[in-house]
Amino acid sequence: MRIVVLVKQVPSTDDGLSFAPDLTVIRDAGPCGLNAADWCAVDQSLQVAVRRRDVQITAVTMGPPGAADALRTALVLGADAAVHIRDEALHGSDALATSRVLAAAVRRLGFDLVLCGATSADSGMSAVPAMVAERLGVPALCFADRLLVRERKVEIHRDDGCGDRRVFVAAPPMVISVTERCGEPHYPRYVSRFDARDKPIAVWGLDTLGIDPAEVGLAGSACVVRAATPRSGGRPDALAMGDPTSVAIRLADFLAERQFL
Amino acid sequence: MAEVLVLAGPGRAARATCALLTLARRLGTPAVVAGAPANGTTRARAGTPATVTGGGKNGATQARTPRTVAGGPASAATLGRFGAKTIYAATAPEMDEHPVAARVEMLVRLARHRPAAILVAADRDGLEIAGRVAVRLDSGFLSDVVDVTAGPDGPVAVQSVQGGAWRVESSVVRGVPVLAVRTEHVAITPAPAPARPVVTTVRLTFPRSVRAVRQVARHRARPRDLSTAAVIVAGGRGVGSAEGFELVRRLAAALDGVPAGSHAAAEQGWCPPQMQVDQVGQVVHPSLYLALGISGSLRHRAGMRGAGTVVAIDSDPQAPIFRLSDLGAVGDVHQVVPELLAEIERRRALPLIAEE
Repeated sequence: MRIVVLVKQVPSTDDGLSFAPDLTVIRDAGPCGLNAADWCAVDQSLQVAVRRRDVQITAVTMGPPGAADALRTALVLGADAAVHIRDEALHGSDALATSRVLAAAVRRLGFDLVLCGATSADSGMSAVPAMVAERLGVPALCFADRLLVRERKVEIHRDDGCGDRRVFVAAPPMVISVTERCGEPHYPRYVSRFDARDKPIAVWGLDTLGIDPAEVGLAGSACVVRAATPRSGGRPDALAMGDPTSVAIRLADFLAERQFL
Repeated sequence: MAEVLVLAGPGRAARATCALLTLARRLGTPAVVAGAPANGTTRARAGTPATVTGGGKNGATQARTPRTVAGGPASAATLGRFGAKTIYAATAPEMDEHPVAARVEMLVRLARHRPAAILVAADRDGLEIAGRVAVRLDSGFLSDVVDVTAGPDGPVAVQSVQGGAWRVESSVVRGVPVLAVRTEHVAITPAPAPARPVVTTVRLTFPRSVRAVRQVARHRARPRDLSTAAVIVAGGRGVGSAEGFELVRRLAAALDGVPAGSHAAAEQGWCPPQMQVDQVGQVVHPSLYLALGISGSLRHRAGMRGAGTVVAIDSDPQAPIFRLSDLGAVGDVHQVVPELLAEIERRRALPLIAEE
């Protein structure tokens, strides 16, 4: 069973985000690390490997040279090999262009399962797993809060809030995105750090994937950013005070606004 | 004016659809894409104009089934009040059995008429639908949209980035803009002139691939499992006693969540140790974490840092939990929580949108 895990390097601080003059996010300013949900995705792929012998796990990332750190973390966690898609022309790719590149890489590797984190810490790219699935022409099980991989089918459990709990089933090949709820990842053993040094990281460019540079990056993106302004002052009046009734109404308003009622 | 397609998601709350309609009115003529014919369709057509604008007869229907508008799909009259000119309905069984894939097919089919934009609520199903539609149409996709204005060359979307720290204005330069809107940030307003939506039935033939993902179970039973829960209500020292912890359980039941306790509550024996959320107990990642009487020690914060939305109620305004919370309430848990339970009960009984 060939498993491809799509991972991403994200800034590991809460407020380290800034924009370059061309309005793309500066990704290598502060400390960075493997995205938390992707950490779970690698761990879930290992859960599959525990139950079968023929599992080959490949971690794939797309990004600047620094993104190789995310791949090294994935290798330490237990992935067998890694692919780094790196090209100057990729700078500024939107979700559509990103999914085009990732789908091409996954197709080239061959796959039974594609696993990835459902959300990323630095941008709302939660639709990318579904986009990759659409390009590969396979079903997707997105936002898995619990993942069970059986011999011929994959089952996910999902809790969408408001009492909406559902179980979905599909057959591989397929794309799965997992949330951080699917289980606390195991901490890697010390020796796996040494093992990871000998695992290969392949570097692929756009010519490897046969993608025209005009289709990706800032030039090939279907969206343009016009302006980015910081919101000053942080969170205004995030404290509700007063008599219990008015506080309760304020709380209920907030919960209704966020659609938890 | 070109049409703007608004997806009334599978089993989506009416509020989200009305929020999308509010934005869609700025861009063109709103048209709702519904899975099945909206309930109350025939009533809205047969009724007097008073019924359409939310008058007596419709109000009586809402009172009998209070959750219709608050939790279920919106009626045609409600959609009309928020400006929907057309409702596209499909009655195929696939729309219910395979909601995501079937809606993708439907939107792609309707997009042949070159709508000005496609608006989808950014919930879990909505994001998957929007992503797949964007790839099929090779169109620009924007997520985390909190506001939309009409620009000279298509809609300009305001995105909320990094937990609201940045506001980014983006627009789409290729294809039909597909926008995933975080509807909770949109203030909903009814249309100046209520419309009478025309219901158009769309006949679709689905490819086999629509049936690839099957839903095998849907249960409303509350799970015991903290680690996969979407909503967690946790009690701490401020709850005061094992009897006081009953408030935590009642609020968890009201919000369809799972009760939990801080280490203080677990050590006092107010809740079993399996319910303990902190560094050495359970580490949780819910969409909503409600902390009652928890000051937020470091070890507790380590266990709930991954929560999406944090709401805290504590009597000490200096409590560290408030630095982490999206909304903090200063007050005694024993006074605020019963009031909150009563308020939730009251809102459940009164559908917000129908009464406005």
